[in-house]
Formats: sequence, C-alpha cells, structure tokens
Amino acid sequence: MKPIESFEVPLPPRVNYLNARYGLKSWLLTRDHKRIALLYLVSITFFFFIGGIYAMMIRLELLTPQGDLLQSTTYNKVFTQHGIIMIFFFLIPSIPATLGNFLIPMMIGAKDLAFPRINLLSWYIYLAGGLITIYALLAGGVDTGWTFYTPYSTTYSNSYVVATGLGIFINGFSSILTGLNFIVTIHTMRAPGMTWFRMPLFLWSHYATSLIMVLGTPVIAITILLLAFERLAHVGIFNPALGGDPVLFQHLFWFYSHPAVYIMVLPAMGVVSELIANFSRKNIFGYSFVAFSSLAIAVFGFLVWGHHLFVTPQSVYAGMIFSFLSFAVAIPSAIKVFNWTATLYKSSISYDTPMLFGLGFIGLFTIGGMTGLFLASLGTDVHLSDTYFVVAHFHYIMVGGALMGYLGGLHYWWPKISGRMYPEGWGRFSALVIFVGFNLTFLPQFVAGYLGMPRRYHAYPPEFQVFNVLSTAGASILGFGMLIPAIYFIWSMRYGKHAEANPWHLPGLEWRTQSPPPTENFDVTPVVTWDAYEFAPRAETEVVGRFRPELERT
Amino acid sequence: MSSEATTAPEIHGHRSLQHHFENMEQQREAGTLGMWVFLVTEIMFFGGMFLAYTLYRNLYPAAFASGSNHLDIALGTLNTGVLILSSFTMAMAVYFTQTGKPRPQVTCLILTLILGLTFLGVKAVEYHDKYEDHLIPGRLFPGNPFDPAVQQEGQPIDPHKLHLLPGATKERVEMFYWIYFAMTGMHALHMIIGAGLLTYLIIFSLRGYFDPEYHSPVEVIGLYWHFVDIVWIFLFPLLYLLGRHFEHG
Repeated sequence: MKPIESFEVPLPPRVNYLNARYGLKSWLLTRDHKRIALLYLVSITFFFFIGGIYAMMIRLELLTPQGDLLQSTTYNKVFTQHGIIMIFFFLIPSIPATLGNFLIPMMIGAKDLAFPRINLLSWYIYLAGGLITIYALLAGGVDTGWTFYTPYSTTYSNSYVVATGLGIFINGFSSILTGLNFIVTIHTMRAPGMTWFRMPLFLWSHYATSLIMVLGTPVIAITILLLAFERLAHVGIFNPALGGDPVLFQHLFWFYSHPAVYIMVLPAMGVVSELIANFSRKNIFGYSFVAFSSLAIAVFGFLVWGHHLFVTPQSVYAGMIFSFLSFAVAIPSAIKVFNWTATLYKSSISYDTPMLFGLGFIGLFTIGGMTGLFLASLGTDVHLSDTYFVVAHFHYIMVGGALMGYLGGLHYWWPKISGRMYPEGWGRFSALVIFVGFNLTFLPQFVAGYLGMPRRYHAYPPEFQVFNVLSTAGASILGFGMLIPAIYFIWSMRYGKHAEANPWHLPGLEWRTQSPPPTENFDVTPVVTWDAYEFAPRAETEVVGRFRPELERT
Repeated sequence: MSSEATTAPEIHGHRSLQHHFENMEQQREAGTLGMWVFLVTEIMFFGGMFLAYTLYRNLYPAAFASGSNHLDIALGTLNTGVLILSSFTMAMAVYFTQTGKPRPQVTCLILTLILGLTFLGVKAVEYHDKYEDHLIPGRLFPGNPFDPAVQQEGQPIDPHKLHLLPGATKERVEMFYWIYFAMTGMHALHMIIGAGLLTYLIIFSLRGYFDPEYHSPVEVIGLYWHFVDIVWIFLFPLLYLLGRHFEHG
C-alpha cells in the first residue's frame, strides 16, 4: 500500500459556534448547548476556586495542633462552606453540565439538546442558587457541616442555614432540568443509525447519572424545604422536642446525598471509558458490561444510603442489609475497573495528558472504592466513623475520581471546545503534579483517621501533627497543580496551535465535524453505520504509520 | 465528515417546528417524554412528605385520627368530585385538540380552569376554618399559634372543638396539622401553577395556535393536570378518611 501524501490547502476561516455571533447578549441569551456548556464552565470554575480557598484555609489551620489561625466557630464555617461549594456548586454540575452539555448532542448526531430553552434556564437557576449561597457566606456563613444534621441546624445553629438551604434548593432544580434534558435527548434525538449499543459509553454513564439526578434531587429539595420551615416557623417534623424524628432527616438527606456521589463519579467513569478505549486504540473490553454497570450503579446507589447511619439508632437488621448492599455496589464498579484494565492489555497506548488523568483515575478510584468497603462493614465503621479515614475515602472518590475524570475530559475535548491545542508538555507536567500532590494530601489522612483523629475539629493532639504537615504540604502541591491548567487553558485560547477536526484520529461522531463545531454541530445530519470505538485492524494502522479514520472504510 | 455520511430525509413544514428537531413527530415525542420524566421528579418530591406521613401516622395513630376527624369531610369529598370532573374536561380538551375541533376545545379548557379555581376556593374556605379554630401549626401564621379548644367529656358537642381520642395529645395533633398543611399546601401550589398553565393554553387556543399536527402543549399540560389530580386522590383518603373508624367504629 502506497503511503498517501497530504498537502496543506489554506482554507478561509469557517463559521463556528464561537464566532457565529458576538456580544454579551449573544452569550447570555444563547440556546446553543455548546455556549451554555461554556457558561457553565466559567461559573463552576469560579466556584471551584472559592471552594479551593476554603480548602487551603482548612489545611493551613491544621498545620499545627493548636487552634491558632482560625477559632473553632470560624473553622466550623470554613469546612462547611468548603463542602457546600465543592459538592453542590462544583462537583455535581462539573462534568454533566460542561462536557455532557457540550458533547451529548454531538455524540448522538443531534443539532442540540431536546429543550434548549430549559437548558439555558438551568444555567440561570444554577446562577441564582449560587448567588444566594454566596450572599449567605458573605452575610455570616453557615456552620452546620454540609450535611445540615438536625436538630443542630433547625434549633441551635446561629448561622445562615435558611439562606444557604434556599441556595441549594434552587440549585437542585438546575440539576433536575439538566438530567431531564439529557434523558429526553438520548431517547429521542439520536441520529439515524445511532442505536443504543452504538452509543459511546460516555452517553450510557450520563444516562445513568441523569436518572439519579431526576429521582434523587427532588427528595433533597423537599427535605431542605421542610428543614427551612421547621427553622423559621417552629413546626417540627425533625425536631424531637415537637415529636419529630431527627433520624428521619438523615434518611431523607442521604437518600439523595449518597446517590449524589454517583452523580459525581459516574460521568467521570464515562470520560475514563472514552479515554481508555481511544488512547489505547482498541475497542473497549466488554462494551455492554461497562454500559450496564453504569445503570447498575445508579440502581444500587439508591439502596445503600443507610450505611451513613450505622452509628444512629437505625435497626441492626437494616444496618446488615445496608452493609450487604453497599458491598454489592462495589461489583459494578469493579466490573468497570477490570474492563478498563483488560482494554489496556496488548493495546497501543499513547500517554497524552488526557490518558495520564484517565490512568490516574483508575488507580485513585480503586483506592477510594476499596477503602469504602472498610466503611461499609458494620464493625469497622464504628471505629472509623467520623474520623479522617472517612475524609480521605471520599476525597479519593470525589477528587481522585471525579476531578481527575473532569480534568482528563477537559484536556481531551479542549481542541473540539476551543479549536486550539493545549500545550502537551505542560499538560503532562500538571497531571503529574496533581497526582503527586493529591496522594500526599490524602494518603496520610487514612493513617491519621485509622489512629483515631476525628474530623471537623480545628485542634488535635500533637501526635497527629506529622500526618497533618504531610497533608498540608500535599495540598499546596495540589493547589499549585490546579493553577497550571487554569493558566494554560486560558493561554491556549489565544496562542494555542489551531486544532484539526480530528486531532486524536478517532472514530467518534464528535470528531467528524470541524473544531470548533458549527452552531448546528454537523453540516448534514450524519447517518451512523459504525460501532463506538471501531478502530482499524492493527496491521493497517502500522502500515499507514498512524491511524486515519478516513482510510478505515475506503 | 467521513465519506459515508449521507443526508437524512428532511421534512419541512409546520410553523411550530423548532430548528433542532427533524419533524413534528420527534418534537411531540420529546415534549411528552419530558413531561413524564418531570412527573417522576414530582412523585419523588411528594414522596418525601408521604414518607413523613407514614412514619408519624404509625408513631401517633390516635393523634392522627383525632386531627383527621376534625377535617371537613363534606368539603373534602366535594373537592375530590370537582377534581375528577376537571380531569375529565381536560381529557376532552386534549381529544378535541387532536381531532381539530377548536370551539369545544376552548370550552373544555375554560371548564377545567373554572373547576380548578373552584377547588382552590373550597380549599381556601377549609384553611380559613382551620385558622378560626387555631389549628395552624407553629408560627406558620404569625399571631395565631396552634391552640385549639379541646372537647371535654360530657359537654355538648361543638364542631369547632378538637375531640382528642384516648392516647392523643395536642402536641401530636399539631404534627398532623403540619403534615396536612405541608401536603395540601404543596398540592394547592401545584394547582395554582396548573391554573396559570391553563390560562396560557386558553389564550393560545383562542388564537388558533394548536391543531391536530401541533397539540403537544395541550397534551403535556393535560398530563401535568392529571398528575396533580392523582396526588389529591391519594391525599384525600390519607388525610380525611383513614382513622375515621377510630371514632365511628
């Protein structure tokens, strides 16, 4: 086979979604899912940095055993606000509202989401919820912990519980509307030939995520509403003094907030499935198992909330069942990890930045998942409950899992989103720095927690100092690592190399249109005749030198 | 774009077809599915309160029966009938839209709106009675704390007094009334939103906006209306009927 020569033909600049219209109004009133994704990207990055500042305050205070930098009341507010901002305003919308919003219509060959106006509305709702929460933080803050446990939150706390709750309540509707839009879009907007089992796994995981958003978020909405009424009007559903049951609050709260963890990590799993298959140039091992394990996680995720209540008066038998089901939810997660690993086996792996984040995800998520099993065991949990072991565990899932997936996805699709390449060398460097910084921050916390250091205190016995110093040092490296991508992404928008339509040479639909895409995504509605991750045989790839999807079918 | 991608057949036509849909059928399907998914979220939203009701009814059965007996069953039954009738007129409105009969379509929509407002009016009368009897829990209504007069044994029966069954206390009856107001209040809020949506439908129906090819707004708002009715179908027996046998055998 003769190698095909290529010639650079200068083309006039094409109209794309970024240069189609200019001006503030064209952004604030846009119904284009790609522009709304960018609006979300800017706003969640803003909240991410606020949450990050709180995280640094926590780590600086814990550098020494005494409470010197912050007093206990301030410290309570700082860790509460760190949790609320990071969970409700960064992690939950992170991948779905940015990458999901941008890519779901493109991956199924549609022109937009099913309800573009509702999509824009969801961003405004998010913004309204965020502004109310920021008002609450500036007015005096909230000190209940992000969990709002009653009766402290309803009766004793002297902070801005109702305003913060209102912000979260409103923000919940943005999540519901996003989930609704995704479900309807995936059901009704697929291009001709795009069958369910030809969909990239990113879509399956977003479908499962949307199910959780739609089923879970209304429950936290009504719970927070009842809590606010109880605090304002002295009517009691959760207040024991009025005949109420505070444990009912915990049940209702965790009925949403445990599945919410899967809202954060399932989309990241979708991103990692894309990264692993595409950067090892091989069809994913066991497509349908990976697809259905997403749905299984969504279903099982709703049945395990009681493992947050092992140290409450919850019945022992309920505890045993919840413990068993929590072990069961590890099975679909393990299926994914094994299938990703099997995909890597004997494949052609390239270690570009997105893949580094993807591989980092697998390792960190595995540690986070395995330590989750310690906490799912009834006996062990009594010892580990409310210690730093729990803190380390869920940060391994939320930061090591969800955030690594988010960053990997952002690098991977950045050429499509911005039309520019990010600097590869800096990208790999930042992936490494983030990985090292993250592990240095949270590995010592497993030990400190196992030895009995409780969470949510601003002072601690001096024997725990060595772990905290390590942790604070790691947090500084992690914080520095986060700044690098923030700088070079902005830099690349102006100075980055222009990206081709398909810079990674991949078969997915989103790569079969120009970068950045036109407003309606495709010039003509595509007809899909191939499976996801359908790569050319390896021999051909080797002969041609590098993979070219356009050669695959000619 | 790869070489094998070809153009799907495009169907142009209806003025209400949005740019990102291929045809009217796809647009209608998306709208209907969207409403069904939204109704699922509504079920979960009300579900939290149904759970609280179940728990506390189980814990305080006598207090819940006492509170329940004080509700006005005649007005409750009337409202149930009104709502079922409104569901019928709504269904007929959808039918007339689909078959292209604009006159009866508008009539049915107006009838539905009137029935919905009747329900809200009756509900307001009921709420006012509770206010008169000092049955508003907590500080929900400033200046009128929960403090109902209690019917004593041997005195002549006064319908404005709360009859406490054995084992019930005023504090636990307050819990019943908080759940009653939370659930029926949230239901009434949904009725008010529904009335707003019906007004929108009536205005656009009068302008001849809907036809057999484009009827999904009527259909979708109809689904919402039926859902709100069904919530009441559950609320009525739970709040008004269950527990009456405690007093009446």
